[in-house]
Amino acid sequence: MTQSVVVQVGQCGNQVGCRFWDLALREHAAVNKKGIYDEALSSFFRNVDTRSGDTGPDIYRGKICSLKARALLIDMEEGVVNEILQGPLRDVFDSKQLITDVSGSGNNWAVGHKIYGCQYRENIVEKLRKTAEHCDCLQCFFIIHSMGGGTGSGLGTFVLNLLEEEFPEVYRFVTSVYPSGEDDVITSPYNSVLAMKELNEHADCVLPIENESLFEIVNKIHQMINSGKLGSTVKQNSLVTSSAGSAKTLPEKPFDAMNNIVANLLLNLTSSARFEGSLNMDLNEISMNLVPFPRLHYLVSSLTPLYTLADVNVPSRRLDQMFSDAFSRDHQLIRADPKHSLYLACALLVRGNVQVSDLRRNIERLKPSLHFVSWNQEGWKTGLCSVPPVGHSHSLLALANNTCVKPTFIELKDRFMKLYKKKAHLHHYLQIDGMEQSCFSEAVFPVACQ
Amino acid sequence: MSIVTVQLGQCGNQIGHEVFSALCSDSRGTHGLCSKKENQSYQDSCKERFFCEEESAVPAARAVLVDMEPKVISQALAMAASSGHWRYSSHSHFCQKQGSGNNWANGYCVHGPRHKEAIMELVQREAERCDRLGGFLTIMSMAGGTGSGLGAFVTQCLRDAFPTSFILNHVIWPYGTGEVIVQNYNSVLTLSHLYHSSDALLVHENDVIHKICAQLLNIKQISFRDVNQVIAHQLGSVFQPAHAAGGGSGYSRNPLGDLLESLVPHPEFRMLGLRNIPQMAESSLPYSAFSWPGLLRHLRQMLIANAQMEEGIDWQVRPPEPGSSIPCTNKALHFNTSIANLLILRGKDVHSVELGSFQDPSLYTSWLNPQDAFTAWKTPRAFNKYEKSAALVSNSQFLLKPLDSIVGKAWNMFASKAYLHQYTKFGIQEEDFLDCFTTLEQVISSYTNL
Repeated sequence: MTQSVVVQVGQCGNQVGCRFWDLALREHAAVNKKGIYDEALSSFFRNVDTRSGDTGPDIYRGKICSLKARALLIDMEEGVVNEILQGPLRDVFDSKQLITDVSGSGNNWAVGHKIYGCQYRENIVEKLRKTAEHCDCLQCFFIIHSMGGGTGSGLGTFVLNLLEEEFPEVYRFVTSVYPSGEDDVITSPYNSVLAMKELNEHADCVLPIENESLFEIVNKIHQMINSGKLGSTVKQNSLVTSSAGSAKTLPEKPFDAMNNIVANLLLNLTSSARFEGSLNMDLNEISMNLVPFPRLHYLVSSLTPLYTLADVNVPSRRLDQMFSDAFSRDHQLIRADPKHSLYLACALLVRGNVQVSDLRRNIERLKPSLHFVSWNQEGWKTGLCSVPPVGHSHSLLALANNTCVKPTFIELKDRFMKLYKKKAHLHHYLQIDGMEQSCFSEAVFPVACQ
Repeated sequence: MSIVTVQLGQCGNQIGHEVFSALCSDSRGTHGLCSKKENQSYQDSCKERFFCEEESAVPAARAVLVDMEPKVISQALAMAASSGHWRYSSHSHFCQKQGSGNNWANGYCVHGPRHKEAIMELVQREAERCDRLGGFLTIMSMAGGTGSGLGAFVTQCLRDAFPTSFILNHVIWPYGTGEVIVQNYNSVLTLSHLYHSSDALLVHENDVIHKICAQLLNIKQISFRDVNQVIAHQLGSVFQPAHAAGGGSGYSRNPLGDLLESLVPHPEFRMLGLRNIPQMAESSLPYSAFSWPGLLRHLRQMLIANAQMEEGIDWQVRPPEPGSSIPCTNKALHFNTSIANLLILRGKDVHSVELGSFQDPSLYTSWLNPQDAFTAWKTPRAFNKYEKSAALVSNSQFLLKPLDSIVGKAWNMFASKAYLHQYTKFGIQEEDFLDCFTTLEQVISSYTNL
């Protein structure tokens, strides 16, 4: 069984990461009834004997003593990380896994990447090495960050660079939250484009996410619950946005519902690597099958179902509905419509009580309405995992390498050009050592060529 | 003589487990419909062939389990142990932590050489436990990374280490509409390499078995377990002890050798297809009665018209009239020319069966004597609850169309150079691909010109 390490950078990254660990614990608690530290748990958690303090030895078998997350929390201001450490998850994190500073990056990619990068380089490398040493067989780094800010985008991409240098054989999956058009950070286009250049070259797979889509999904769910249709009570803990049953007992904060969706995405992605199934799909298979050319590694993701009704009888029609929904515009995690664009490759990871025949039937049914590139007419990768997520009897994660990401990137480039033409805010960036105007022009080209 | 089975990858291990289950349950069954002495002799022969008696009463399967990740092997070991009637020996499996990621190059160039010694040592040990080694049966799929890539490498190693033993590769062809996106590349690479080292390839196609499950066995929600059980049944009907042709009162002492001798007269033609009749749901068995002439008539037409199961056979197709001057019109009628056929009959009244229809020279190519081209093994002991059952192993144009289709799709993808960077990363270059395409085009044209 392989292990994965999560690196959460910046405010957004840490908030999403916090939700991820919460939901991961919830999922494993639902599956692992006996409290024994098994292989599935070891993929994300270490079992540490804390009787002799925080630096106790790892225990590899037997009962769970104290679980520590395999994570690195990085933020250049203390607020968010401190909040995590005071919350219900404080015991899951080791004090040696944090890197914080006081003043933040001021929404400036250059400050995050160049200044803090250099300053904290040794520290970060050492902590990464430590985490890697605790792993028997490290397969993948998950980086969670946002593209619009300073720390997440600047320092986050610096860490990505570092990972490629220090651990070239370990996969790097990046979950990036892209800013929307009405983002309140004015320099977000600059930060995003500069970060994209790094992602193009150093990441194995990028899962772009847009806040607007998450927001729409959350709204849809609220409407569903509040519409009060007869006989349609929704199981609370099945909402893809809920934290029900997890450690959090404080009132929910505004971004929590949206962050839960991203956390669920990561859990589903790794489910086949952690749990058994009749057709396993490991993380290296995702990279192998969905990335036909090295730079085209942006995957559009969608999660269904968003909720389960409390009905006990789930007829087959619901199952087919789940597959159709995965390809509809409303369920994608970025604002794009994959159905009307060209598919390069598509992966379906099904969890729960679904068999091959259901999968085949739905692929046959949906194929005529989707356009695949000519050299990959049957470009489907499928995986079946027997363990469903909490609250559902089955679920589907669809990952598509689809040209519908192009409009998103073109929009980003347009916003960038608008600011750049007027040279607005440029002086903040140019002040930093090592940042030159050429960095900007270099960064624009890759985005334009996608 | 004993056969050592090597199970490779997830598919190989899942099927291998079902095969041993089926062999064991058939051997212990009480529906032999023959004399007690005959039954005893059958059981002894089966046990010697596939199982090893150890001090504890439960026989251990003569098998080596290989996979690059641990989940499937542990499942197989656990399921075998819980059956109570047979088990896998505790030291005949080899697994690593991180799979091959559906990458043939990873399986062949990286995992193969790295683990060659460990795997070959396990095989050696298993082979030494046999009084007389009758050959090797490897079970693998073509679409993935371990079964296909590592499987091809292991077959080569087997050939090098045991140059005079028989090696039969049982290969599973993936669903046409995609289980893995790069399955066509993996298939092309596997088949061309296997053609050089193995004695014959016995093929099962997932699409065909799926249809059998749906239409003949009436299973509503078909799982991989169902598919594997059908495959296990078909393999069992071939490999269980049978009286070889040419009389002699005992069961055949050299199953693989006899099979290969009757079916592979020329090294260019090594692809064997398998058809089994009747195939029906267990609940319907007590209500049906079969006659040998009926079964054989269906089987013969299945062979001629290249039908995959006993429903939907095209009865219009007829063999060409002897002495007809226009052989090419047969291609229009999709007539399936055979090189050699082996018919294995089991059950009641088997010695009274009339086999002249299979010895018709018009079914075969001209360069073999019909007497040599057709062999029949008749065994009075019934198999697996079927009062009468017939299996046809055929070296004919059965697999021509599927092979052509796979090569075509792979070539299409290759022409646009998609996914090639994933293979070159591990050491398979474009020239290697081209060599493989050439080999397979050669095979296709040989079979087409029969």
